[in-house]
Amino acid sequence: MPPVLELKGITKRFPGVLANDHIDLTLEEGKVLTLLGENGAGKSTLMNILYGLYTPDEGEIFVRGQKTDIHGPGDAIALGIGMVHQHFMLVPVLSVTENVMLGMESIKNRLFLDREKAAKRIQAISEQYGLNVNPHALVGDLPVGIQQRVEIIKLLYREADILILDEPTAVLTPQEVRGLFEVIRSLLARGKSIIFISHKLKEVLEISDSIVVLRGGRVAGSAIPQESNERSLASLMVGRDVILTVQKETAQPKEPVLEVENLHVLGEGAALAIEGISFNVRAGEIVGVAGVQGNGQTELVESLTGLRPAHSGVVRLLGKDITHASPRTITEVGTAHVPEDRQRDGLVLSYPVADNLILNTYYLSPIAEGMVLQDRVIRERAEHLVAEYDVRTPSIMTPAGSLSGGNQQKVIVARELSRAGQFVVASQPTRGLDVGSIEYIHSQLISKRDEGAGVLVVSAELDEILSLADRIIVMFDGRIMDVVPIEKATREDLGLLMAGVHPDEHKANVAAIEEAV
Amino acid sequence: MSKNNTTQKRRAGSRWRTLLTPVMAIVTALILGAVVIVVTDTSVYDAFQRGFGAGLGRAVQVIATAYSALFVGAFGDPVRLAQGLSLWITTGDGRAWAQALYPLSETLRYTTPLIFAGLAVALGFRGGLFNIGAEGQYFIAGLTTVYVGYSLTGLPWIIHVPLALLAGILGGAVWGLIPGYLKAKTGAHEVINTIMMNYIAFRFAEFMLDVGGPMARGDGRPVSPVIQESARLQQFLPSNPNIRFNVGFILALLAAAFVYWLLFKTTIGYEIRTVGQNPRAAKYAGMSVTRTIVLTMAISGGLAGLAASTDILGVLRFMPNAFASGYGFDAIALALLGNSHPFGVILASLLFGALQAGARNMQAMARVPLDLTEIVQGLIIIFIAAPAIIRSLYRLRAIKEGEELVVTSGWGQL
Repeated sequence: MPPVLELKGITKRFPGVLANDHIDLTLEEGKVLTLLGENGAGKSTLMNILYGLYTPDEGEIFVRGQKTDIHGPGDAIALGIGMVHQHFMLVPVLSVTENVMLGMESIKNRLFLDREKAAKRIQAISEQYGLNVNPHALVGDLPVGIQQRVEIIKLLYREADILILDEPTAVLTPQEVRGLFEVIRSLLARGKSIIFISHKLKEVLEISDSIVVLRGGRVAGSAIPQESNERSLASLMVGRDVILTVQKETAQPKEPVLEVENLHVLGEGAALAIEGISFNVRAGEIVGVAGVQGNGQTELVESLTGLRPAHSGVVRLLGKDITHASPRTITEVGTAHVPEDRQRDGLVLSYPVADNLILNTYYLSPIAEGMVLQDRVIRERAEHLVAEYDVRTPSIMTPAGSLSGGNQQKVIVARELSRAGQFVVASQPTRGLDVGSIEYIHSQLISKRDEGAGVLVVSAELDEILSLADRIIVMFDGRIMDVVPIEKATREDLGLLMAGVHPDEHKANVAAIEEAV
Repeated sequence: MSKNNTTQKRRAGSRWRTLLTPVMAIVTALILGAVVIVVTDTSVYDAFQRGFGAGLGRAVQVIATAYSALFVGAFGDPVRLAQGLSLWITTGDGRAWAQALYPLSETLRYTTPLIFAGLAVALGFRGGLFNIGAEGQYFIAGLTTVYVGYSLTGLPWIIHVPLALLAGILGGAVWGLIPGYLKAKTGAHEVINTIMMNYIAFRFAEFMLDVGGPMARGDGRPVSPVIQESARLQQFLPSNPNIRFNVGFILALLAAAFVYWLLFKTTIGYEIRTVGQNPRAAKYAGMSVTRTIVLTMAISGGLAGLAASTDILGVLRFMPNAFASGYGFDAIALALLGNSHPFGVILASLLFGALQAGARNMQAMARVPLDLTEIVQGLIIIFIAAPAIIRSLYRLRAIKEGEELVVTSGWGQL
């Protein structure tokens, strides 16, 4: 039997760039093929070719042994190829059924939508694959993980049997990732084939049947999970050896930089998102905040940086009360802030890199003298920072929006860490970034620590917390569950704490149950 | 090195292409305007009844007459310009030359308030604010300017003129500041509030100037008193009162240069643009979004106010009741056509000024109604607002997409 999908010698040129260079791929029925590669390696271009959004300059596509030309998403869907984009294409105010029907509505009496018929089919699909989605729910009310399943249902509803999942885990919590993998397995069991795009090595090793690594538009190598490990995949990906575990000395903490006492913060609406937390961050240490997303971490960081008013409690930075201070005051006292949502908060995407590098220092001498911006100083500073922080951009006048995610984050890191700050707060500093950028940003945070700054890192990635932090704060439901020194931290205990269970309690419970038995 | 070169070329190319769309929009609008001229001209129908060739000939003739009248009305008759100039050089008599320059001076006269109003809306756009209230700001500024202009006596012009201009700036600024403050503090949308402020301004001006009103002249006409001699903006040819072109135009160019400097070279402009592009990032950067919005609306209102000030001090000399200027609404079109850039606004205003000045001549010489220019202006705006029409018409490459592709996948190859 021929493979379900075969690409031969696919080449795509853009002006000045060879995005795909003679790429060969083979996808067998009922298997997961993973495309692994850094941002800009050519994964998206390749998938857009497969989905008919681009036409290849050279090369052939075979679907079930038949040579085919794909001229648009319509052709792709007709061939049974469907794609879940990283950013979902859903209408939040419509129900699941309406979203799924969109574009291929079933009609009754020539005029009216037949929602019932569609809902029944969706229900059937949902049960068949164990997706557990209510067809009548409003999409806007659903958590991200379920919205992703709605996207998958959209493909199954159109009878796709080759599913492209573009970085599906980037937006999910660890629990949701597990759920997604179960869905993927049940899809495979029913003969669907999957192309999985990711740069998270652990997941790739767990879910793939075969792995193709792209680098610089070429196939850098292929692997099967049984014969590879994170290190070998990472070095294939970036083309050199990668240090996966972060190298750092033991922390030498000194006096506290940040002190938080009994802080209460309101979330969206009138409910308390933070309910009385106290902790400190000392000079020369990295404190990690672990927790499943949505347990108050976002509100905590916004409150510490002045973006969200504190309800009660006290926050002191270098001994100064900043509980109700403005973002500018907090910055000036000495805070560097790498925000959670880099595109929404940290950058003005239409501005050139140079202008983004002065976002919170634009009014200070020598960048501005009086109210006049000093173009020459701004340009020189930008050239210097771009070189020092390894921001890969065609020029300092390139709009930040056209850089890759990793380089956008490097612009922010360059801007924040180049200021003389005693306190660094970094929220999800490496979310969605490639291995090379992650490695770089981690080393920058550690060197900031070694220079004597207090660093607070908030991350949904437990691995990131474990490799960076000297102390770990676990948050659950707006409170601190526990503070664990790195020497005593284990994945299992942290996992229980993140779920709101104390490991001691847990052991006691287990012991009690065993005794009862 | 080669990398740098291609980047520069690409940037130069994209700058050329950003100009290409408005130019093609104008050309297309003029072509469609020509179609309207032909379709509404009965002599063309008569000619077509005589035969296809005759009809076509007549159509071309009608278009040529109309557009050449428009051109002459806007820029002057080349023959008379040349004769006037040679007469001035040979005999030293400049009157004929001045008379020949009259159409061009009218174009610049029309252009002056358009530049101010266009700058007002463009600055608002840069700050993420849609100031539809330029018209109302114009009316309030008219009242404050004319009041200072006629009520103060015995001042030298060097004090009186700046005072009257300042009064206009303040009047417009206050009228812009109010909706700005409401937006910043309560989130009330500035589009709604500036429209409402327009109505208040119209009716307030009516109250002030209507017969028996506080600012009416008192001779039974609903107009303000005439401003003092000392408050007049200097005319370029005082000997020829027909030439209404005055120092106001220079002020407009200075205002455009000032807005450019403010927007792109100062910290205030950086704040305005950042708030306009990404208010969340502005807050993150420690900017006061509230203060910036209020400031943007105040500066915008002040600029709109200067449109009224220069019009009254330089041309009208008094303020009539209900002088429906329409500048505030043209201003939106100008800001769009000029890509919210001060120099773009100047070019767009020159175009609209020329159309308005030329239209009168076109009506007189070719019997094409004034309204045609408004049709052409409207078409230009449609094509600017929906650039896809122009691009598909002339098979131009989309600007954004092509660039994004190249840049995003380009860095990985380094």
